[in-house]
Amino acid sequence: MAAAETIARVDELEAYLERDQAKGLLRIATAGSVDDGKSTLIGRLLFDSRGVYEDQIAAVRNSTVNRSTGPIDFSLLTDGLRAEREQGITIDVAYRYFATPRRKFIIADTPGHEQYTRNMATGASTADLAIVLIDAHNGVLPQSRRHAFLAALLGIRRIVVAVNKMDLVGFRQDAFELICGSFRQHLERLGIADACFIPLSALDGDNVISRSSRTPWYEGPSLLEHLETVPLQDTGQAQPLRLPVQYVIRPDAGFRGYAGQVVSGAIRAGDPVLALPSGRTTRVKTIVAWGGDLTEAFAPMPATVVLEDEVDVSRGDMLVHPAHAPHISRRFDATLVWMNQQPLRLGQPYLIKHTTQQLTATVTALKHRIDVNTLDGEPAASLELNEIGSVAIETTRPIFFDAYASNRATGSFILIDPLGNATVAAGMIDDFRREPGADRAAQSALLDLDFQASRLTPAERYDRAGHYPATIWLTARQDLAYLLERKLFQRGCQVHVVAEEVESHILPEVGALLSAAGLISIFSVSTLGSQERDRAQARVGEQRFFAFDPENLPASDEEAANRICSALESRGIIAGSRFREGEGI
Amino acid sequence: MREVASEFARPVMLYSIGKDSSVMLRLAQKAFYPGKIPFPLLHVDTGFKFREMIEFRDKYTAAIGARLIVHRNEAALAEGANPYRLGTQKCCGLLKTRSLLDALAEGGYDAAFGGARRDEEKSRAKERIYSFRDASGQWDPKNQRPELWNLFNGRIDKGESIRVFPLSNWTELDVWQYIHVERIPVVPLYFAKLREMLVRGPSLIPIEHDPPRLPGETPQLVMCRMRSLGCTHCTGAVRSEAVTVPEIIAELVGMRRSERENRVIDHDQEGSMELKKREGYF
Repeated sequence: MAAAETIARVDELEAYLERDQAKGLLRIATAGSVDDGKSTLIGRLLFDSRGVYEDQIAAVRNSTVNRSTGPIDFSLLTDGLRAEREQGITIDVAYRYFATPRRKFIIADTPGHEQYTRNMATGASTADLAIVLIDAHNGVLPQSRRHAFLAALLGIRRIVVAVNKMDLVGFRQDAFELICGSFRQHLERLGIADACFIPLSALDGDNVISRSSRTPWYEGPSLLEHLETVPLQDTGQAQPLRLPVQYVIRPDAGFRGYAGQVVSGAIRAGDPVLALPSGRTTRVKTIVAWGGDLTEAFAPMPATVVLEDEVDVSRGDMLVHPAHAPHISRRFDATLVWMNQQPLRLGQPYLIKHTTQQLTATVTALKHRIDVNTLDGEPAASLELNEIGSVAIETTRPIFFDAYASNRATGSFILIDPLGNATVAAGMIDDFRREPGADRAAQSALLDLDFQASRLTPAERYDRAGHYPATIWLTARQDLAYLLERKLFQRGCQVHVVAEEVESHILPEVGALLSAAGLISIFSVSTLGSQERDRAQARVGEQRFFAFDPENLPASDEEAANRICSALESRGIIAGSRFREGEGI
Repeated sequence: MREVASEFARPVMLYSIGKDSSVMLRLAQKAFYPGKIPFPLLHVDTGFKFREMIEFRDKYTAAIGARLIVHRNEAALAEGANPYRLGTQKCCGLLKTRSLLDALAEGGYDAAFGGARRDEEKSRAKERIYSFRDASGQWDPKNQRPELWNLFNGRIDKGESIRVFPLSNWTELDVWQYIHVERIPVVPLYFAKLREMLVRGPSLIPIEHDPPRLPGETPQLVMCRMRSLGCTHCTGAVRSEAVTVPEIIAELVGMRRSERENRVIDHDQEGSMELKKREGYF
């Protein structure tokens, strides 16, 4: 069943190729403690699914080292480097490839030794599924808990717990159940409800490829059966569009293509797109590709996009859907896995690489270190190699991001030591709705202000200004915002635009303040979400609040500005233009 | 590739004329389409390559309009360096590794693409996609940068460089399937033909560049093809009837021996590829 396919006749090839291309790819991270047989298990998977060649097996047979009791030491098939061959420990991440008639697999073989958290995190960062090995003879060790924690931290939702060396406990069901019971509790704390537990012996092959007769009490699938049938992680096509621009292709003055990978969502010719950080909205003219234009590109495809209007977009910018912008901020909270001998230095500059942007960042606060065994937070002054902590980060310019839990590509980053050039940490951005403390303080300070305390009445203000205050809420289209500001100003209004890419959560209060002062304010900030919109509406009052979905406005800024003016006129905020023309200023 | 073209001052693509290079070249054409490939190709010519490889190289790179730089260790060749006199280890060191490092230094290249795949050999399985090399071009497997997600750290100091392996996650079968689907031209040596070979047990040794013969040994006509391409003396052939790409794929699907098996250099001592890589070989 797991044997590689053979093709009897070449004319069957097209059918084979079609089948092969339709095969899903499952990326697996393995984790285990020293000597719990991880390399043996992978060697067994490769061997039994014919993922290794005869000459490689012969080389292992002839090897001077054989730590196993059988004729072939399967672990030698995967342990690549000399140093580890001497120590008998896998010390780095190695990638293995095999395929069955049903699926293709990439295994990131990561070390189980306590010191090597960084390699585990590396292997897990691109994996869909993790295999955590537990030695049936030794029971659940702290390392097993740590491996499951790291896998969950790196966003892996599918976990297989391989209870190995069942031969050493006589394939007893109670031994298996004992381990499952205690480990299931741990997984639940990590938010993983449906892990798959499999009793096996990598050395003898029980329940690895096919079900073993030595575990008649076990009714679940063999390891390979499970790997072949577990649902694949969704590729993020249903999520909002994120296209970080990697490279601008300009073969001549007449062509400007923005190339990059669609990391989530889909992009189609004719779609409206918002360019960050410029805030400009335009449409996709074409999606250019070798071999002909595409009507659509979706995650994880690369795409080269030509836009309808000349907008200034360069490497590091991001194309997104105007109605579903990511967070934009210079400040965010994150979980760091520290990967360098040099401990974390708070307040010192590091380079951050996030999507295709690279800029300077500082870790402004270390909230707590996470004990990987108990999962508890504990106070700490710094993070050492292989430690994990919860931090606050500030960058020199805003970055465009989502929470790691909802988007791996826009929620992940690395920190680089600007002097030694080493990658010192991997970071996962926390949910942005848990606002940084400083901003909460600013917000509550604004809330304390009583905006109605002025002794001038709204009527007095109206008499002076000739219009009522209003708050105009746009989530994009800065050009439109500035054009509208200019138009209203020319009509004698007191008006102000807030179009900086600033943190969004205090803007409703700012809107209320400007409104109390009698101004017309225009907010064009792409991070504004429905929560802020609703709060702003409540603060300034429904009559004075105008929200526009950029998609439902005319594409032309001129027409869109006129439409907004009409809306203001119809509610009596400003006088009608016909009337005003007659009056003069 | 676009990441490297953006972040490095002087990238170069190592072009070895083999199937992996052909795929890598097509990926570059696509990545920068409709623009041209924004970096040159570099071929390290040991002087012991197959004639058909050199012909293919010149014709194909001219046809696609790529900029090609050829580097040979002329000094060593003039002194008569050859694998039969030096043995394959020293020969490779002089004509390939030394020559490659010289060529990279001469061009001031700070990033070099290579077509190596992790499935080829055990030590390559641990290679990063961005592989850091110090100022003398050496690889330290114990001091590699962790590589998470698709976030690559390309920071280097002057004189240091990065080797980049875009095909890291491809298998031999993936490569041939891509060649088939994309109709990519490859060197005719990959296709089976009656060729004159020295037959030594399971090994087939091409006679181009006159390898020394055992007493009384004469070449025989054998239906065979090359599974990977290197220098004539180090590239063994495999017996095969496959004369088209689909036939090669069909052969591979049933194949139970690895493609580097006939590469003499991988086997000249245990862990030998890892030693070569530490010295600066790809």
